[in-house]
Amino acid sequence: MDDRVILRVGAKILIPFILLFALYVQFHGDYGPGGGFQAGVIFAAGFILYALVYGLGTAKRALPPQAVYVCAALGVLIYAGVGFVTLGLGGEFLAYNVLAHDPEHGQEYGILFVELGVLITVFGSMVAFFYAFAGRRKIQT
Amino acid sequence: MIGLGLFNYWVVIFLMMVGFYTLIARGNLVKKIIGLNIFQTSVFILYITMGKIAGGTAPIFVQGEQDVVYSNPVPHVLILTAIVVGVATSALGLSLVVRINEAFGTVEEDEIQDMAL
Amino acid sequence: MSHHLPVLLVVIPLVAAPLAALVNRPRVSWAIALGSAWWALYAAHALLRQVMADGPIHYALGDWAAPYGIEYVIDPTNAWVLLIVALMGAVVTPYALLSIERELSKDRIPLFYAAFILCLTGLLGIAITGDVFNVFVFLEISSLSAYALIALGPDRRALTAAYQYLIMGSVGATFIVIGIGLLYVMTGTLNMADLAEILPQLEANRTIPVAFTFLTVGITLKLALFPLHLWLPNAYTYAPSAVTAFIASTATKVAVYLLLRFFFTVFGAEFSFDVMQLDKVLMPLALVAILSMSLVAIYQDNVKRLLAYSSVAQIGYMVLGISFASVLGLTAGILHLFNHALMKGALFMAMGCVMYRVGSVRIESMNGLGRAMPWTMAAFVAGGLSLIGVPLTVGFISKWYLIQAALEQGLWPVAAVVLVGSLLAVVYIWKVVEVAYFRDVDPDAGITEAPLSLLIPTWALVVANFWFGIDASATVGVAQRAAELLLRVGS
Repeated sequence: MDDRVILRVGAKILIPFILLFALYVQFHGDYGPGGGFQAGVIFAAGFILYALVYGLGTAKRALPPQAVYVCAALGVLIYAGVGFVTLGLGGEFLAYNVLAHDPEHGQEYGILFVELGVLITVFGSMVAFFYAFAGRRKIQT
Repeated sequence: MIGLGLFNYWVVIFLMMVGFYTLIARGNLVKKIIGLNIFQTSVFILYITMGKIAGGTAPIFVQGEQDVVYSNPVPHVLILTAIVVGVATSALGLSLVVRINEAFGTVEEDEIQDMAL
Repeated sequence: MSHHLPVLLVVIPLVAAPLAALVNRPRVSWAIALGSAWWALYAAHALLRQVMADGPIHYALGDWAAPYGIEYVIDPTNAWVLLIVALMGAVVTPYALLSIERELSKDRIPLFYAAFILCLTGLLGIAITGDVFNVFVFLEISSLSAYALIALGPDRRALTAAYQYLIMGSVGATFIVIGIGLLYVMTGTLNMADLAEILPQLEANRTIPVAFTFLTVGITLKLALFPLHLWLPNAYTYAPSAVTAFIASTATKVAVYLLLRFFFTVFGAEFSFDVMQLDKVLMPLALVAILSMSLVAIYQDNVKRLLAYSSVAQIGYMVLGISFASVLGLTAGILHLFNHALMKGALFMAMGCVMYRVGSVRIESMNGLGRAMPWTMAAFVAGGLSLIGVPLTVGFISKWYLIQAALEQGLWPVAAVVLVGSLLAVVYIWKVVEVAYFRDVDPDAGITEAPLSLLIPTWALVVANFWFGIDASATVGVAQRAAELLLRVGS
């Protein structure tokens, strides 16, 4: 327990900043390298660091596997949902121009929501991979 | 950054051959996936090298600047997609290797072939 | 609504897949899969009728006009392949209800249906899009879900089969990406129609033939053309029965469609066949595939493996039709896409019924099944007759057009090979028929006929085999129009 204090304290300090950085990358995808996929992976990496340092059981209590699967599916539904909203508003599928009062704002809102969907799905998928691999016992051969 | 010449393309070919050779010649299932990853990475470098325009800067539009030469952003977008596909393929391949290890007890291809017949 | 039909065809199954994964009840997931598969069939049929009546349909995604944006383009070739994929999806999904419950553990069934619908989405997307990079994206969607589906098979060798398919399939997809990249760097566009306009002006360049070669090798890997077919026998044999029935009828057909699209629409028939001499590569490979794979099929003990090798031979027939590069040859190839889907679908579904009752598909365990499971074996015999090419079945129509195409170009030996292929098919079908009908069933095994929900889809395909074999005007009409458009657009 004693020799892991450094890891625990270090992780406790770093993880919020990792998650914040992920959100920074997410929202600045318009103006620099970034976007949904990168942000989702960084977000998941922060969470996986937590799981590595504090243990898989604690991580699974913080974020149950069922919630992770819901996240993975939810992002796809958000993305397709934006498409259906544009269909309902009279444009083609994923025509962001119709989402707001002028095309420029429409494009901003459209990209915001689809990148949010991508973030949620990528985060859910990465954590789901981790949960699937991490819980297995090595077979004794 | 002008004057790189064909160096990038030599790197592409080198990585492609290294990856492809590892993929084919190594019998360990995990090494095959590593080879596949290197092979796919060489393709990414090919695309991004093609997107660079001599004298071009990063393709980020800044309001008010005129007469700036931008590099082509489309290959970057294509490569993002291809990277995600590569990640998904590697994840699926590695999870298959984990299951094969549990079912057969080994990840060496020739041992599995002896067992599977 | 009908204006948005092209995109809704792909998007509704895409949305249904995460929904099917979220619900934890197997039957509800199955219902979601069934709904989306039947929607796809309705939409594909409506699109085919519209295209045959009004001409090609264009749908610009996101309101960005081509060539800036991604465009869905539907013409007769497209609509035909969409119908094949949607039809097989709609027929296999009801079949899968009982078959999958027997072969998979209960907690995996919702995820199975999610992967199944994703595979269907990917295949529909490949067929409908008019942008080459979008083809790669959908190709990988369908391939990754196919790898996952195959790995769910009950035998542990399903895992190695899926792994082998993954490695070879990813190499093929990466080659396709290299080809697309080289095309993009020379032309600056990813839209198929735009490429077709720009490429003829660039022919003296060395990059274009290299791109062509990469694309050809990548697509023929996905197509399982001899000698790049090594993944197919294992993948078809060890996958769950419903998965084999679906993938055998659709995945390779869509790859053939990709071949047609790239050779005739993007590069043009003149470039592909006169400059790159593609027929000199494809025709010998196709002929070797037909002969060697039919021969190997005769020696198989596992009936699913036998049918898998037979599939590689049938792909040889399709590619042979394409390598003629004439209207008759292309008609034969495009026709065989549909006919083979019907034949192999019925055959693999019959084997799924056998698996359901008997628990094994080895030929030794099929003793006397002709009496114990009369309807199942009758379906197998009907599919087998179609495979051989007996008149009144769809197989006969394809072989008829193939032989006509060969004779039109004066290639008597090729026509002879087609006939020899049919004779070899007689041998391996007879092998199964002999065991089923002329041996005695094991009385203690208690084998009864397969349940109705497995038999009805199987017999739906068998009836379709005979229906379109007796009245082939509809199918031949579409195939001929598609062939004419492909050759005229290219040249």
